[in-house]
Amino acid sequence: MSRQFNMRSLILSTGTTIVLPLLLLFSLFLLLRGHNEPGGGFIGGLVAAAAIALKLFADDYPSAKSLLRVHPLQIVGVGLAIAALSSLPSLFVGENFFTAQWWTLYLPIFGPLKLSTPLFFDIGVYLCVIGTVLTATFTLVEAEH
Amino acid sequence: MLYVVLSLFVLACFAPLVHRTFGRHSGNVLAVLPAVLFAYFISYLPLVSQGELITQRWLWFPGMNIHLSFLLDGLSVLFALLITGIGTFILLYANRYLAGHRALGRFFLFLLIFMGAMLGLVLSDNLITLFVFWELTTVSSFMLIGFNHEEAESRQKAHQGLMVTVIGGLALMTGFIMLGFAAGSYELSDILQQELTEHALYLPMLILILLGAFTKSAQTPFHFWLPNAMAAPTPVSAYLHSATMVKAGIYLLARLQPTLGDSAAWMLTLSAVGAVTMLTGIVLASRATGVKKVLAYSTVMALGTLTMLLGLGTEKAALAAVTFLLAHALYKGALFMIAGILDHEAGVKDFLKASGLRHKMPKTCAVAIIAALSLAGVIPLFGFVAKELLLEAVLNGSHWQIPLIIATVIANIFVVLVAALLAIKPWFGASLPTPKAAHDPGIAMLLGPTVLATLSLLFGLFPFIADKWLLQAAAKAVYGGDITTYLALWHGVNLPLLLSITSLTFGLLLYSQWARWRKLTQGLDRLSFLGPEALYNKMMAGLVAFAAWQTNVLQNGYLRNYLLTTIATMLLLVGWAMLRLDNFHLNLNFQDVKIQEATVFLILLVTILSAVLVKSFLAALALLGALGFGVALIYVFFSAVDVGITQVLVETITVLLLVLVLYRLPEFRKLSSNANRARDAIIAISSGVMITLLILLVTSARSMEGIASYFIEKSVPEGFGRNVVNVILVDFRALDTLGEIFVLALVAIGIYAMVHLRTGSKPVTNADKRLTSELKIAATSKGDAQ
Repeated sequence: MSRQFNMRSLILSTGTTIVLPLLLLFSLFLLLRGHNEPGGGFIGGLVAAAAIALKLFADDYPSAKSLLRVHPLQIVGVGLAIAALSSLPSLFVGENFFTAQWWTLYLPIFGPLKLSTPLFFDIGVYLCVIGTVLTATFTLVEAEH
Repeated sequence: MLYVVLSLFVLACFAPLVHRTFGRHSGNVLAVLPAVLFAYFISYLPLVSQGELITQRWLWFPGMNIHLSFLLDGLSVLFALLITGIGTFILLYANRYLAGHRALGRFFLFLLIFMGAMLGLVLSDNLITLFVFWELTTVSSFMLIGFNHEEAESRQKAHQGLMVTVIGGLALMTGFIMLGFAAGSYELSDILQQELTEHALYLPMLILILLGAFTKSAQTPFHFWLPNAMAAPTPVSAYLHSATMVKAGIYLLARLQPTLGDSAAWMLTLSAVGAVTMLTGIVLASRATGVKKVLAYSTVMALGTLTMLLGLGTEKAALAAVTFLLAHALYKGALFMIAGILDHEAGVKDFLKASGLRHKMPKTCAVAIIAALSLAGVIPLFGFVAKELLLEAVLNGSHWQIPLIIATVIANIFVVLVAALLAIKPWFGASLPTPKAAHDPGIAMLLGPTVLATLSLLFGLFPFIADKWLLQAAAKAVYGGDITTYLALWHGVNLPLLLSITSLTFGLLLYSQWARWRKLTQGLDRLSFLGPEALYNKMMAGLVAFAAWQTNVLQNGYLRNYLLTTIATMLLLVGWAMLRLDNFHLNLNFQDVKIQEATVFLILLVTILSAVLVKSFLAALALLGALGFGVALIYVFFSAVDVGITQVLVETITVLLLVLVLYRLPEFRKLSSNANRARDAIIAISSGVMITLLILLVTSARSMEGIASYFIEKSVPEGFGRNVVNVILVDFRALDTLGEIFVLALVAIGIYAMVHLRTGSKPVTNADKRLTSELKIAATSKGDAQ
């Protein structure tokens, strides 16, 4: 690892262990509430990406990378696919391309759950943002090796 | 029909997975779908052969009259059957031909995408949808031609095919828009009801559409890309470059003939270009020695013949065109697969090295002879029926009968030579040693050619089968009226028959003198610097040189120069436009400025000034961050919370990214002269002033009600969301967002490629040349590694 990461701070490292899951949860929270309150896929994605970047600074590149398990470019691809596919369901009920479709599921304990194509689209955006930011970050770090 | 087309694309996505699961049987598994689709289209035959026209429509972009609408009539069903039928055999064949290739899954992926695109093309009722599929065939064929992308030659040929067809595609799109405008509809089913030859836009749209069709169908002078496309694996050549894709241009011409065909411009252009292509193709074929090269050039000849027939515009010509098309697809598909078998099982790629294989490959030999006889137009094969009709159509044409019949007979003489090469040369005579121990292939590879050759024989003996079920309805669609001629094997002794016999005799004579003929025409090679391919290469070289020059001028690697150029250009253009405005007045109102807004404004001002003046990168960075947070505050004041949050997060991430590269910068020094700094300051300040003025001007001069109130009003009832920004992003304007995240993905790939594929200290221009190919290799090999 390159020189500026050598000074590893115990406080930051320990703090990250606690904060990281919270940040990731928060990013999901932002993503899901986005339709009614401030938030959404773009913002949520940025928070999640920042959280993983925090791990990168607090620990090191391999641990941040293993946290992700897959290459960030793959996340971008999956995100794009989800977003693009969410445009199709409307065609099957005879409506215009990209018309939002809403479904309500009645779950036994949690009550009604509203699912919609905009939600899936937003999830796609979320993944794309995470993937892009992390590709940039990881690539710059890799350039040091 | 939407599901039919989509099913191929969906299957394509799963092709790599299928390949991983089923291993060496994957092609057989995948072939089930095209086979089922073939049966599906067969089931429409009773309806369609009655002249029925079936249309189906799904809304896509109704606001722009773009629909996913499909049209099934005699012409499209003929193409659909060829695409799915031959496609099935090609999958079986490729599965064996490319067995063990490490990227076989990817191959099937592209092949199925191509199949879907081609099917969409011939079924589309909407011009724009048709164009989308048209371009998809171009792109997927690029991937298929360049399938062996580790070889520079293969990449170059793929690139050439792409460039030629894409340029044509561009012209085609413009032509389609004119056509849609002139007809008042983008639906073919509406357009075909009209005749547009008198319209003011007729000539420009004709030229553009013909350009598209001619490039795609390899008409002279664009014919050179097709033989070069033989860099593709043989199954691809057999499928794309003989049976399907190159016929897309022909399909388009045939399709539009009722609307555009009744004019001298159409008839004379098509006849002339077609006849020239026919002769060019077949003469080049007679001089080539590579098996695939000969077949490719003879395909060029066939495409020329079809164009010429479509230019005649008579009822007989329409019937001859569809008959010739079917006959050609049957024998050429078979012959290409035989060429692949020769290569795969005997290692023979060249006619000069093939001889006496009939004992070692008896089955292949038999099939090859039948297909070649159909090519030569020998009775009782289907090729004979097609050739008789062709000669008859030309003889009874509306114009230029004498020159066209001479051209056709000359072409036919050479066709006989080519057919003789295929039917005799590899099989008879003294046995030559072959690179591989020659033997007949298994059923998988022999099935396709056998079935196609059998159909050639069947349709030849009983032409009424093809006539009744397929060709009458197809010819009717091309001609735009009822067809009263019927196909028959025997017309009695007449002029076409005599011409046919003449060409057969001379063709065989020519075959016996083949070596001398090639020697005689050797001189032609020296003229190749005048040919269209040389011209194309010169143009491409010029384009690269121009790109290198302008890159060196504009993109010299200094970020400050980029910024300067961009901002100065904007300043000049927008400033000029603003100066020319007549009623230049601003509504300035400082009364409702709140105290917290003024405070943030002052803080921002101080931050900017300090950022410009500090003498440390880190400090400047921190100040820029502070600036961003200040701007975020302003967003929050104006109740754009989402935008504010986004701004804060983007600032954070920017700082993170900058920290990663910060220490790589040289130490902080003053490098530019005072004069330069003064210039930069002037440009920076004036652009700031200009943007401010512009915004004030726009807000005070707004003449129409903004769209914002509409979104706010409709957000909850139609988008079911109270966060208007988010509803706009993911629902109202989701298509824009989709485009934006595609840009994001491109940026990610770009960053990745830039850092991982640095070409070191080599000059920019050299790097440019390799960039495309290297990016491609890197992307694919990375994909494989994972």
